[in-house]
Amino acid sequence: MARAYTPKVLTANRLIEGDVVYLNASGEWVLFHDQAWLIEDEAVANTELAKALKLADLLVGPYLANAEMKDGTPIPTHFREEFRTKGPSNYIHGKQEAQ
Amino acid sequence: MYSYSQFDKEFNQQRVSQFRKQVERRVEGALTEEEFRPLRLMNGLYLQLHAYMLRVAVPYGTLNSAKMRMLAHIADKYDRGYGHFTTRQNIQYNWPKLTDVPDMLDALAEVDMHAIQTSGNCIRNVTSDHFAGAAADEIEDPRPTAELLRQWSTDHPEFAFLGRKFKIAITGSETDRAVIKAHDIGLRLRRNAAGEPGYQVIVGGGLGRTPMIGKVITDFLPRADLLPYLESILQVYNVLGRRDNKYKARIKITVHENGIDTIREMVEERFKVQRAQFGGFDQKLLAEIETQFAPPAYVNASLDGFNAAYAADGAFRSFVDTNLAEHKNENYAIVSISIKKHGETPGDATSDQMRVMADLAEKFGHDELRISHEQNVIIPHVHKSNLYDLYKALVGADLATANIGKISDIIACPGMDYCALATARSIPIAQKIAVRFDELKLENDIGDLKIKISGCINACGHHHVGHIGILGLDRAGVENYQITLGGDGSEDAAIGERAGPGFSYDQIVPAIERIVHAYLELRDSAEETFLETYRRTGLTPFKAALYPETKIAAE
Repeated sequence: MARAYTPKVLTANRLIEGDVVYLNASGEWVLFHDQAWLIEDEAVANTELAKALKLADLLVGPYLANAEMKDGTPIPTHFREEFRTKGPSNYIHGKQEAQ
Repeated sequence: MYSYSQFDKEFNQQRVSQFRKQVERRVEGALTEEEFRPLRLMNGLYLQLHAYMLRVAVPYGTLNSAKMRMLAHIADKYDRGYGHFTTRQNIQYNWPKLTDVPDMLDALAEVDMHAIQTSGNCIRNVTSDHFAGAAADEIEDPRPTAELLRQWSTDHPEFAFLGRKFKIAITGSETDRAVIKAHDIGLRLRRNAAGEPGYQVIVGGGLGRTPMIGKVITDFLPRADLLPYLESILQVYNVLGRRDNKYKARIKITVHENGIDTIREMVEERFKVQRAQFGGFDQKLLAEIETQFAPPAYVNASLDGFNAAYAADGAFRSFVDTNLAEHKNENYAIVSISIKKHGETPGDATSDQMRVMADLAEKFGHDELRISHEQNVIIPHVHKSNLYDLYKALVGADLATANIGKISDIIACPGMDYCALATARSIPIAQKIAVRFDELKLENDIGDLKIKISGCINACGHHHVGHIGILGLDRAGVENYQITLGGDGSEDAAIGERAGPGFSYDQIVPAIERIVHAYLELRDSAEETFLETYRRTGLTPFKAALYPETKIAAE
């Protein structure tokens, strides 16, 4: 039996601002993880990653990050990705300013 | 202080305009990220976790009020109103936009500053003793040589694409405040028996995943031989250094694998060729540079006011006793300004604080400032008659924390709060330790104790040479902190010993507290420092304090 695929979100940094963005289900790049598209199919994830890698004038370094659904919202499974959703812990800078 | 020549200015401006065009081509899509990345790194621009980061060199840690004010201006105009001083005497801006960076570099060029070679596999910003030119124990000011090295290494075509980054540090004192034994090359100015100036050359030191203390390749190198000798070392490294494995590419591994004797023989062989190519222009240039590092015009004034304030104001007395170092002029003092207020981020200064420090340096300090690798700011030449006024101004700017060399004067890398390479956070650990020991009111009793924290194995926070070192790792998806003890970054350099299994984010501060309480119990007297106690007793009693449950299980 095939190993179960860990769901992913597709994430990158924006070229000009450098901030973290996520692909949503409408194909837009959004700032917040809870709006991200949780991709549960490996083939779909890889196709979307390949498409994102071609958006060189918009994004830097797109990659797939593990995530899971909790109370209807995708959340990161690793602390590094969790920090990327917010910003640093020493100042209220980055995305957490708007949250 | 060195002022840029017309050549320096034109070169710097050319680099900015080149980079401006590179950014434009990247934004237009003419350059891919793969093509652009090495170009931005050569100009100190990283992409971190949440944003870009621009790393600006403060060559050998020296700056003046105009430069410091420009750093403040850049922080306000292009960033979030602060900057982060690093262990490499750089300043990092954490939030620039890609398209603003050429303007930031233009602003830096206005005050003879840049971000060149603060990244990449080249010779990096040369670092030095932050008390250079002022320390009572100094044999000679190392900064003219450091400036010569800056000019020689900037855009040096042969060494622009080394196997790995290459860091040089230089000191002019027997007391090593520049951690020269943990650099690819460490230089110590000294004189031979005939009184002639030269250098002790140490090679193959470094921290990171394979920490090594550098080895002496020559005990005395005549001054005029410096550049050809360094070129010979770099050429041997370029030939022997490994390019098959990034983790074995630093010169410390080359020295370790081939042995210092082989390296020395090869360097000396190569030196015969290189030496012949230096006809004396470098020494003429060094002599010209030296004239720009003349000591300040020292003033004479009564010390009565200082002595009276010292006797009357306890907080001032504490500041003087903790944050001042001995100056070569007995009526002067070296003032260290702690950028480590308890609970704040080590090394972060706001633009307002930068402007206050610039003003104070201009008013009371012969317009000189230094950045230390310990992430503090130094006003190196302050007449003692001005100390009390300077101190009161520091109090007003929240910059008078009297903790230099103490347990809360912690080095911490940016860690996973900013850095894309980090495996765990460093900053909040430093904040919590500082706050905890401030609450316990034990700081002065504990005395000299250096804690250094890195958020990954690359060791930007110098944890291997911390008396207590903390390394943040990712263990199965959870932050975990390993402790090393007995490290030392001084002239008696030593790599700390790993104490045992790591601690969780919540357990690391109590673990540090147990170590410190063990020290207070174990020390011979209040005069015996943590490091002296550790060297006397070894790891065992500290391990017992750190892991009490293990001890119980063994009994």
